[in-house]
Amino acid sequence: MSGPAKKIERKTKRVLGLFGDFDQAFEVIADIRHYKVPGVTVDDVTLKSPIEHPEIEDVLGERPCHIPKYSFVGAAIGFCFGFIFLASAQANFLAQPQGGKPVITIPSNIVLAYEMLILFGVIATLAGFIWSAKLMRKREGLYDAAVTVDQIGIVIEVTDDTFQPMKDLFKKHKVLEVHEESLT
Amino acid sequence: MSNTKHLTDEQAKDIDENIAWAKINKDVLRSMENPRMGYWVALAFSVCLFGLFIYAEIYQYIYGMGPALLNTSHMWDLYISTFVFWIGMSHSGTLLSAILHLCHADWRKPIYRFAEAMTTFSLMTAGLFPVIHLGRVWNFYWVMPYMSDRGIWPNFRSPLIWDAFAITSYLTSSVLFLYIGMIPDLAICRDNTTGWRKTLYTFLSLGWRGDDAQWRNFRFTYLMIACFLIPLAVSVHSIVAMDFAMAIMPGWHVTTFPPYFVAGALYSGCAAIMTLFVLLRYFLKFEEYMTMPIMDKVCKLTFVIAMVWTYLNLIEFASVWYGHDIPSKEVLMAKATGPYSIFFWGMMVFGSVLPFSLLSQTVRHNMFAIFFVSIFLNVGMFLERWMIVTPTLSLGYHPQAFNVMWPGWVEWAMVGGSFGWFGMLFLIFVKVFPCVSMYEVKEMVYHRKRTTFADVDEMMELHTGVPGPAPKTQETGGS
Repeated sequence: MSGPAKKIERKTKRVLGLFGDFDQAFEVIADIRHYKVPGVTVDDVTLKSPIEHPEIEDVLGERPCHIPKYSFVGAAIGFCFGFIFLASAQANFLAQPQGGKPVITIPSNIVLAYEMLILFGVIATLAGFIWSAKLMRKREGLYDAAVTVDQIGIVIEVTDDTFQPMKDLFKKHKVLEVHEESLT
Repeated sequence: MSNTKHLTDEQAKDIDENIAWAKINKDVLRSMENPRMGYWVALAFSVCLFGLFIYAEIYQYIYGMGPALLNTSHMWDLYISTFVFWIGMSHSGTLLSAILHLCHADWRKPIYRFAEAMTTFSLMTAGLFPVIHLGRVWNFYWVMPYMSDRGIWPNFRSPLIWDAFAITSYLTSSVLFLYIGMIPDLAICRDNTTGWRKTLYTFLSLGWRGDDAQWRNFRFTYLMIACFLIPLAVSVHSIVAMDFAMAIMPGWHVTTFPPYFVAGALYSGCAAIMTLFVLLRYFLKFEEYMTMPIMDKVCKLTFVIAMVWTYLNLIEFASVWYGHDIPSKEVLMAKATGPYSIFFWGMMVFGSVLPFSLLSQTVRHNMFAIFFVSIFLNVGMFLERWMIVTPTLSLGYHPQAFNVMWPGWVEWAMVGGSFGWFGMLFLIFVKVFPCVSMYEVKEMVYHRKRTTFADVDEMMELHTGVPGPAPKTQETGGS
């Protein structure tokens, strides 16, 4: 770390550009990828759209998604819980004559544990979705209902220095509207 | 060129690919505000039927199970047949949503939402019948397998307990699947409504903004739950089949019952989708979204499933016939020639012969014909369930218990009323929530455009050797 300390500028504004189709929005992102606006990278970009574009990952790059892990953990817990719950209930049946059958019946418990596997898997998946997609949280104010109709939005946080170049880049690619808000 | 044209027609016909995205929003939102008069008539009819259900239940509550005409050998009758029927109906949503989603069948997109709603409300209807059948409805919670602090020992070896687990899991998962699939549409509703609707949709949309991260997580979530739901649906109806198959009764103790029940469930679910497709298309003015080509595909799917069901039916008959289990054979003979024979042959005609009418393009392209065919298919499927339950109970192993039983008015009122309950819930749902998936129809339009043009170019090159016009992809509905 002997080099000169890089000055990290604080992001002061959030900008939303609305575009008429995916092509124009993707061209903006391509320019950002090519560092047309210094200090802004593709990792800073949030794309808002009425649908998920099938090639979105080619444009924005691979971004992590942890939903399958939630599903797996939920399913595993569900199976274990289901089996233990039933087994503990059956273990209370000692006063009941079993007619030579086992107190804890593995085949039937597996059927029920399987149902619990699925139920807990589904619930855990939902929980993972809410957490990972950052739902049920206080949202930033910058939003336009047009992104649920037919327009594509690009949201980006910028510094004072990069604010104007970012707007210019939007205009170059035929932005329909630009909204901005202060982060301070 | 003719091949190219044929390909274009084939691919473009499910839905008009030039429909603008804004129009999709507008049409679906309008359907929630301004249905045709037929909607209100259907809702009023459903409420009346549900009133009949309530009356019959109160009557049975006051006078006991006697008026239902259940007796010693017929401890299960229409109530359980109807329970199985509604559980079967619930498989439509799983088929259209989950299975066809995994198969990338795009045509399901305009119609899967109401099929999912059907699943949920069918399960809610099915759940009423074991409780009604108990007689002492206030003790319904005894079937729930919680710890035995009251000296109740649930028998975990019994498929009836498995039912409680499976149906609870299925209902919960189906509701969540329906809800998660609706979140992007609820956000659209939130942005375009006022008053109580806005409050409701704001709460339910969970702050959805259409971010790429939200879409990515949404896609995985939907996929994962679809993967969970398919084996769950199969297990639910297999377990319902085991209610019968694990009982040592002639006509029930059959190995093929689980797949037979699953096929029957998918069959009745498809038939119900056809009925509701026709009704919703008219009530909510969805002619542009619930199109003839999509109905054509649903009819073909129904026909295939009908043939699977017929095959499994014949397998069951053959295995009983050649199995030399005399009581089972007698039950089979009694079904075909005894007092219930008219219903048995009705089941065969409606369930196995009538589907052949769906091979006719004239029928498949006539909404009236489809409506009546689908109703009779489901009559056939209802008779199937009745013919599973009642003939066996009237002709078991004990000659002293042989008797023929006909359901009384209370049972029939409950059965009819259950359709009212289902219809009422379903019609309220389609008025409050978008029953066509807006974002998925947009995706469908978008994907179709891209696929169609690319394939036309490829086909043109293949058949004429002339390169096609420059690909005109990436045209969004915003245009």
